[in-house]
Amino acid sequence: MDFTFTEDQLAFREAISRFLMTEAPPEMLREIWETEEGRSPTMRRKMAEQGLTALSVPEAQGGLGMDDIAWSLMTQELGYYAIADSMADTAYVATGLLNALPAGTPRRDELLAQIAEGDVRIAVGHPVNPLVADVHLADVVLVEHQGEVHALSREQIGYERNPSIDSSRRLSRLSVTPNAESCLADAVHGRQAWDQTLNRGALAVAGQSLGLAQRMLDLSVDYVVQRKQFGKPIGSFQAVKHHLADVASKIEFAKPVLYRAAHALARGEAGAALCVSHAKLACCEAAWLAARHGIQVHGAMGYTWEVDLQMFMKRCWALDSSWGDRAFHKSRVAKAVLADDATIGPQYTFGS
Amino acid sequence: MHLNYTDKQNAFRAEVRAWLKDNVPSQPLNSYDTREGFEEHRAWERKLYDSRWSMVMWPEHLGGRGCDLIEWLIFEEEYYAANAPMRVNQNGQLLLGPTLMEFGSEEQKRHFLPRIASSEDMWAQGWSEPNAGSDMAAIRSKAIRDGDHYVVSGQKTWSTRASFADWTFGLFRSDPQSQRHHGLTYLMVPLDSPGVTIRPIKALNGKEAFAEIFFDEVRVPVEHRIGAEGQGWHVAMATAGFERGLLLRSPARFQQTAKRLVALYQANPQIAERDPGVRDAVIESWMGAQAYAQAAYHTVGLVEKGAKIGAEASINKIVWSELDLKMHETAMRILGAYGELRGTAPEAVDGGSWLEGFLFAQAGPIYAGTNEIQRNIIAERMLGLPKA
Repeated sequence: MDFTFTEDQLAFREAISRFLMTEAPPEMLREIWETEEGRSPTMRRKMAEQGLTALSVPEAQGGLGMDDIAWSLMTQELGYYAIADSMADTAYVATGLLNALPAGTPRRDELLAQIAEGDVRIAVGHPVNPLVADVHLADVVLVEHQGEVHALSREQIGYERNPSIDSSRRLSRLSVTPNAESCLADAVHGRQAWDQTLNRGALAVAGQSLGLAQRMLDLSVDYVVQRKQFGKPIGSFQAVKHHLADVASKIEFAKPVLYRAAHALARGEAGAALCVSHAKLACCEAAWLAARHGIQVHGAMGYTWEVDLQMFMKRCWALDSSWGDRAFHKSRVAKAVLADDATIGPQYTFGS
Repeated sequence: MHLNYTDKQNAFRAEVRAWLKDNVPSQPLNSYDTREGFEEHRAWERKLYDSRWSMVMWPEHLGGRGCDLIEWLIFEEEYYAANAPMRVNQNGQLLLGPTLMEFGSEEQKRHFLPRIASSEDMWAQGWSEPNAGSDMAAIRSKAIRDGDHYVVSGQKTWSTRASFADWTFGLFRSDPQSQRHHGLTYLMVPLDSPGVTIRPIKALNGKEAFAEIFFDEVRVPVEHRIGAEGQGWHVAMATAGFERGLLLRSPARFQQTAKRLVALYQANPQIAERDPGVRDAVIESWMGAQAYAQAAYHTVGLVEKGAKIGAEASINKIVWSELDLKMHETAMRILGAYGELRGTAPEAVDGGSWLEGFLFAQAGPIYAGTNEIQRNIIAERMLGLPKA
């Protein structure tokens, strides 16, 4: 029993964090997000050079072979720096999906190797999401069709863009016509892989939401320390302190739930879906509280486009319903906890 | 990260489970807020001690088992799952015990610690005063040195079960000129000393849950002082943090309550038709308790690797106290018209235990430092916000 991370896992997170701090500052994100495509090939190339896209590609295909547990840290960094969807979707969600397909699956190893190199962007069209993120620049779109896994190029699909309040989001409605040639895996292998993919997508959102929550808390702390009213920093007022203390508490208590879920998913535990839904609910709730209290302690400035809070706030609102909305995840938890044969109680913290 | 128990840990769990199965009283004990129930609980604690289950983390020569924090979590999980009696000597075991281990003289340790573990001595805490609750540095009760004694005068309040306890410990002002946290001395005082008067205070449930203690020139031998004269604040603070945050309310207690709440809801499923929010509150309660347990394991892992726990203890305090409220409020919503019934009522559900828990939960955000104070601590020490 050891509920902590290894030195390697923590060091990798630290390295990515330091890299993104210099390479993805808010002013640069604003510039990128204002372009038609909303993405920077240069930034993406640099992130690949840092090893991010290779993180969970198996070593045989040129990757680092790390698992969901490493991603529970990495997605927090992606959230903290509001990195666009295609990174998590390609490097974590799509990689997991391809990994889950049996050896010998057409294109599997080739795509994994390209992901590791940072040469390919993959959008993932899971049926749980009505709209798909980052299709407009994807080289490959993985879609579900009657349980099967299909890979299509952007040219092979139709898509209609749907602008979001979050400037970083690029959502599209897909129209696809899968065929025998686009099929990577049949429904027997596909269904299980898609189930896991939903859990990875949800966990990616959970991790990013937690990172966003931390960013909003940090921005809020900075603001209330320097902003003065009645001759004092507003951060010295108890009402302001309590708002931010509540955000800090929510974040601290969502973290272990996220890590627990990542572990369950990595080990393929039977209760993984329950853990993932719990994590997504807890992390998104922390992010929404960080947004609500963040805007409150920023005063009217928080309601403007000018302060950076808005970038992270809108992102957490946007992500909340992706990879299963709250109703979806709440009902998964309810179903598990209220089941007649549910193993709940003090002795089952780890499903033993 | 590997979240599987070792063979040794599994064997330990099995041993705890087997002993509890054979020994937990089949009928609930009377409330420890009554004289009769207090003595029943003392006897139960003695039974625990005789089989070295009273203080599992204490070293073997003090009657413990030298368990680590993970084993302690396992013990607590089994203890609450077995519906074993609530622990009655927490003040002695969780607050005074660790203080004596760190600051007590060899003689004090030898004498007091085994008696605490066995509950031969039951302890009431003497921290709060009428004008020094959450602001503990405002303590005014005096302990003036007179040769080999201190002469103690003043008043303490909110001393849990002081009506029945044998001793109290607390801070007293030994330097009359001193201010705030300077000049305080940590003393242990027998409650049968001449000059001690105890006035019980009835809690919401009508029982003598706590009391005021009056000291009128009570002579306390110098050897009942812990640490140096005037260093009481330092002694008290050094052992307050982590233990209060985690050990005081182990997650298993809340997981067991959440499990009971799920069962209560399942026995009354029609309530969700009238108020769908109840089902949501039940699910949220289970998630809250589960999150607290996972946070505890996470914290324990960090502590075992040498991390120091600071403001996180305050977060724990807020979380468990508010979770406890939420769970019992939800139970009251499910019970509806039966919620108000006392345990003696013929139609009381679960022996009135939800009402008792509901009343006790009202105190959670107040005792052990109000949640307002905890939020200030988080904001100032963890987030670095300026003091008012």
